[in-house]
Amino acid sequence: MKEILSGNEAIARGAYEAGVKVACAYPGTPSTEILENTIRYREIDSSWATNEKVALEVGIGASFVGARSLVTMKHVGVNVAADPLFTLSYTGVNGGLVLVCADDPELHSSQNEQDSRNYAKFAKVPMLEPGDSQECLEFTRLAYEISEKYDTPVLLRTTTRISHSKSVVNLGERTDLVREAKIEKNPAKFVMLPGNARVRHVVVEERTVQLSKDGCSMPINRVEMRDTKIGVITAGISYQHVREALPEASVLKLGMVHPLPFDLIREFAAKVEKLYVVEELDPFIEEQVKAVGIPVIGKEIISICGELTPGRVRKAFGLPENAQTTVEKLPGRPPNMCPGCPHRGVFYTLNQLKAYVSGDIGCYTLGFMPPLSAMDTCVCMGASIGMATGAVKVLPPEERKKVVAVIGDSTFLHTGINGLMDMVYNKGAATVIILDNRITAMTGRQENPGSGHTLMNDPANAVDFELLCKAIGVKNVRTINPLDLDECRTVISEEMERPETSVIITDKPCVLIKREGIFKAGAPLQVVDESCTGCRACLKIGCPAIEWIPSSGKKGKAHIDPLLCNGCDVCSQLCKFSAIQEAK
Amino acid sequence: MSDKVTNIVLVGVGGQGILLAAEILSETFMLAGFDVKKSEIHGMSQRGGSVVSHVRYGKEVFSPMVPEGEGDILFGFELMESYRYLSLLKPGGTVVVNDLCIAPPAVLVGQETYPADMALKIQELCPDCLLVDGQNLAIEAGNARAANTVLLGAVSKRLDIEEKYWIEAIEKMVPKKALDVNLKAFQMGRGLK
Repeated sequence: MKEILSGNEAIARGAYEAGVKVACAYPGTPSTEILENTIRYREIDSSWATNEKVALEVGIGASFVGARSLVTMKHVGVNVAADPLFTLSYTGVNGGLVLVCADDPELHSSQNEQDSRNYAKFAKVPMLEPGDSQECLEFTRLAYEISEKYDTPVLLRTTTRISHSKSVVNLGERTDLVREAKIEKNPAKFVMLPGNARVRHVVVEERTVQLSKDGCSMPINRVEMRDTKIGVITAGISYQHVREALPEASVLKLGMVHPLPFDLIREFAAKVEKLYVVEELDPFIEEQVKAVGIPVIGKEIISICGELTPGRVRKAFGLPENAQTTVEKLPGRPPNMCPGCPHRGVFYTLNQLKAYVSGDIGCYTLGFMPPLSAMDTCVCMGASIGMATGAVKVLPPEERKKVVAVIGDSTFLHTGINGLMDMVYNKGAATVIILDNRITAMTGRQENPGSGHTLMNDPANAVDFELLCKAIGVKNVRTINPLDLDECRTVISEEMERPETSVIITDKPCVLIKREGIFKAGAPLQVVDESCTGCRACLKIGCPAIEWIPSSGKKGKAHIDPLLCNGCDVCSQLCKFSAIQEAK
Repeated sequence: MSDKVTNIVLVGVGGQGILLAAEILSETFMLAGFDVKKSEIHGMSQRGGSVVSHVRYGKEVFSPMVPEGEGDILFGFELMESYRYLSLLKPGGTVVVNDLCIAPPAVLVGQETYPADMALKIQELCPDCLLVDGQNLAIEAGNARAANTVLLGAVSKRLDIEEKYWIEAIEKMVPKKALDVNLKAFQMGRGLK
């Protein structure tokens, strides 16, 4: 049967067909939809973990007792999961284990554009890289075979243009594995104390050599001979751009990007006049090819930064660019917090209080955007709290008061909680605001341990943030309504003055939550034209429902779009002229 | 079947139903027997940001992204976004655009103004341009939210694909309760000259 699937959907399908029993992940663009699709298959136990490290550990546990498991994350998630990954390389697996890491060249939705292929080499595990959705399905299946045959975890690397692109896929059937999960003790393999690990390290090195050799005859490493003037070594999405831009060139398409099949590369190099590597981000293939003494051109013509497109490949090879229409400069259209978003009032208040805001990763990172402009740092998941602790250690008292960490519910549970424990333990006098909107919003509303439901939609325990903070020793824990600006200002400024750790929890849900009984929209508001003086106070919160109409009245007036407004009432609290009222 | 790949670029603002329209296009082309690829960025762009979706079909499609200057049709849901991405269109390419302006954040707060005469500027650069009153036609069809299906109908008229495949794809992708309105909206768009 044929279907049009995204790379992520095809990986989920491939895992199903491979007989996977456990799938675990922490959401992260562009990887999130893999687990949102494994839930379509009842045979797979799919779950959101609190973070990527835990997700991988869940996968490892299932593998060690014999089941095939799938673990997925975005590229920066692998940093969090790196600790178990490196030693998992030594233990190897029992049931096959595949870790999908989704890179984001061009930083469409990320804080860096690290190249995860380096992890394959660093952790000494094989990595496959599919080039379209059909390959996403097939490579996922193959990855489980490689994992069990070579006793190794396998990394499956995608990039945004693979994860989120759709193409036609031929579906297969599920392989029902005979083997059942059961306890099989094997301490020499699974207990990585120095004595055991030394032995396993030798196994790992031998495995890499064997895989490099066997890679030369794997059909996924494919030579396509055409004109021999130009030969290109490439993989993944770059292969597609090369075929588009250089249809006559001979190509060595690598399906396995680590370890490299050096004999096959030598063979290909000998058949072409000039050899190139076309790869996004780091010169990962290029440097290794050069290191074995094969001359090749790569980053001399292709940027390390950003993603490739057919046009960029054409340009790199000196081909004429297509004629293009040029247009004049336009206002940008960056993303914005939704109308009624419970974060807006908090960031407005932080801006007014001139706080130094130690930020974190989530929808609320948009608090950086003008006119809210209330975020001063953003590094990685959970970092806001630890960084606040560091800052208050060294700032003079008056400046110290300004330090406020902001972190979402899911990010707090991901890695923020360790930071808070550290802040209390080491007497960090900063204010932490947990923006609890009951969902992992930025990646598209995923459940988390604070939301009360699982990925499979079963009711679950919801973490009580107030009790949790008190249990780790925070004495000052206050819960506020973030849509009440007076309350926000009073409580946040009081806690900023306090010379010890404080936690403020906001208690309004994300406006996009569809589950019944959580978010309730208020009646839309309107601007009463006769009362609006054109003072622009309501524009300071940057709500998409409020538009400035310069031609209205003498100096312009505000207008509220009744279709966008959901009556959060924050703007009306800013209007000194009572010009914003419930729509009649 | 010729080797020529046909390139469609859909542009607009997050929340306008661009991704669903791109899904229906892709499904139609697959049903008609073509290889299809579609690429878009979702994530940050959902929050009212600029959205671009590339759909390509033909005998064999490699890159999922429409190469700069090779778009056959620009399928625009909003005027300024359509103008912004004209560089993806080939010279002499076709534009089907919704006659709608959505103010971006800097315009909403009065820091910048929405550029004047966007429709005229698009028509000057691309003479083969159809301006569609998507909103009003959709209301006429029975629901203002079917504007993207009106536009889809107008785009369908400019592609050499049998009508039955379009209908089959819409029936598959659109929720049952909204189907009648959407089929009507599609035909209204298809009837536009």
